[in-house]
Amino acid sequence: MVIDQQKMQSLSDRLVTDEVRGRSPWADARRRFWRNRAAMLGLTILVLVVLFALLGGQFAQWSGEELDFSVMGQVAQMGQPSIANGHYFGTDNLGRDLYARVVQGTQISLMVGIVGAGIAVIVGTLYGATAGYVGGRTDQIMMRAVDILMSIPYMFVLILLLVMFGRSMSMLFLGIGLISWLDMSRIVRGQTLSLKNREFIEAARATGVSSFRIIIRHIVPNLLGVVAVYATLLVPLMILTESFISFLGLGVQEPLTSWGALISEGAGTMNYGTLWQLAFPLFFFVITLFGFFFVGDGLRDALDPKER
Amino acid sequence: MFAFVLRRLAVAIPTLLLLIVFSFVLMHLAPGGPFTGERALPPQVLANLEAQYGLNDPLWLQIWNYLVSVVVHFDFGPSFVYPDRTVNQLIANGFPVTLTYGGLSFLAAVIFGVSLGVVAAIWHNSWVDYLAVGISIGAQVLPNFVMAPLLVLVFTLWYRLLPGGGWSFSDPSFWVMPVIALATSYMASIARITRSSMLEVLGSNHIRTARAKGMPEHRVIIRHALKPAMLPVISYLGPVFVSMITGSVVIDIYFSTGGIGKAFVDSALNRDYAVMMGVTILVGALTILFNLLVDVLYAWIDPKIRY
Repeated sequence: MVIDQQKMQSLSDRLVTDEVRGRSPWADARRRFWRNRAAMLGLTILVLVVLFALLGGQFAQWSGEELDFSVMGQVAQMGQPSIANGHYFGTDNLGRDLYARVVQGTQISLMVGIVGAGIAVIVGTLYGATAGYVGGRTDQIMMRAVDILMSIPYMFVLILLLVMFGRSMSMLFLGIGLISWLDMSRIVRGQTLSLKNREFIEAARATGVSSFRIIIRHIVPNLLGVVAVYATLLVPLMILTESFISFLGLGVQEPLTSWGALISEGAGTMNYGTLWQLAFPLFFFVITLFGFFFVGDGLRDALDPKER
Repeated sequence: MFAFVLRRLAVAIPTLLLLIVFSFVLMHLAPGGPFTGERALPPQVLANLEAQYGLNDPLWLQIWNYLVSVVVHFDFGPSFVYPDRTVNQLIANGFPVTLTYGGLSFLAAVIFGVSLGVVAAIWHNSWVDYLAVGISIGAQVLPNFVMAPLLVLVFTLWYRLLPGGGWSFSDPSFWVMPVIALATSYMASIARITRSSMLEVLGSNHIRTARAKGMPEHRVIIRHALKPAMLPVISYLGPVFVSMITGSVVIDIYFSTGGIGKAFVDSALNRDYAVMMGVTILVGALTILFNLLVDVLYAWIDPKIRY
């Protein structure tokens, strides 16, 4: 009987390393996430959409701003999606290339979503962690302020801000950022409350680490799971908010565009038989939302074994 | 219970006052006034107008006057752009419409969402469940501004079944599309929440006890499972209500229903600050009131809540 020395060697190697390495909760979560088919589908969609936003412009035959005079005035007949004249997605009712505009709208909408969620992550995490860690009266005042802000009809206030201080990208970011962190801070505070009496925090406090450093070095890293899940679910909400405002014509301004503005244009002209103007932006909008929801749900299931 | 309501009111009323002051200060800070048009007004006319609307008073006095007129007299003042109309008239015109289709879509979202979620949870992991989950996932990415054009496309442009816009209190065919457009994505969220909380409740001990003592399944579900499973749904009703009012902005623009959202967007585009503030404050008051109702309902249903 011949024993394959090499195989035995590799088996024993693996046993040794496995024993040493163990399986961290993070590795466990990663494994569950990779196995989740819906989440992987969502991730694939998102990667493709991001690639489309980053590289799609390279393939455009037209810029989003020039008018194609050969189709102008007869968009319904001439402006259909076609490879031949370079308008892959057709043209809009002014004769602008819809492909280039969808690429640009995708860039803007994704940026709004990610910046909005980013503000929520930074402000919400620090605010919630501080309130939860400090506790007592400070906590009460801070969370009461959040309660008050939550009961304001934010969409109306956002439109109020945009109208009063002019419609610009920075105002849009500021307005969306102002409201996005509220839920995050509540969730983070809840988590912090359950963390702050654990031994390792007590040890840090006993060795004289300042409160600020405890929050930054010990509390925040332990919140990452919850924050990551919530941030993933927040991005589509931010995209929805921006699209809502742009649909009303109060968001990004020409020549810039976003999914909401494109959907609004497409909806306004669908009566004239130019359905592609609605279909293409809508398609990207819907699949991206699907992608984020699937990935967010997948992350939550992966990080919270109880759910399964 | 009474003390609980009082305590909640003690928070709600200052919040509302703060909202009024906040929007007033915001309006004051904004560059450009209601009378800065394309043609500059003669200085004398401008001075008279500002005196007429009390714009020369110190800020605190203006805030105080506005607060008194809003809180005591329910008077939001005249519109800045159409001086012959008051904000109250504009709101009174639009509000019944918004309330009608908003209320109907709220009911539709809750009834269909809860039924879908309960059915999915009862037949967990069967084709019914998969169908319900599929519907709710699909509906979740269809917000009102996506549903509205799609509905018009199908029901008005293709099949010519329903009027594509307008409003009539006597003809329900005008109501159908606004209600579906508003309700769809919230129905989906309610269905998801109901399903997961119902699944959790159905796995709990008191349900096993009820089944073990031989209670028929429909009674187990109606008497023992439904009530605790509704708690997360109830706490979600506040946001849903707010979204119905917010969504009216899209509905009014897209279907020309002439509700309160139309007054808001028109005033936003005209810089008619008085109307914008009036609508914002009204919606804020409704939001706060509704959240209060939800909290009371929650405390009433859930015996574990201490108030």
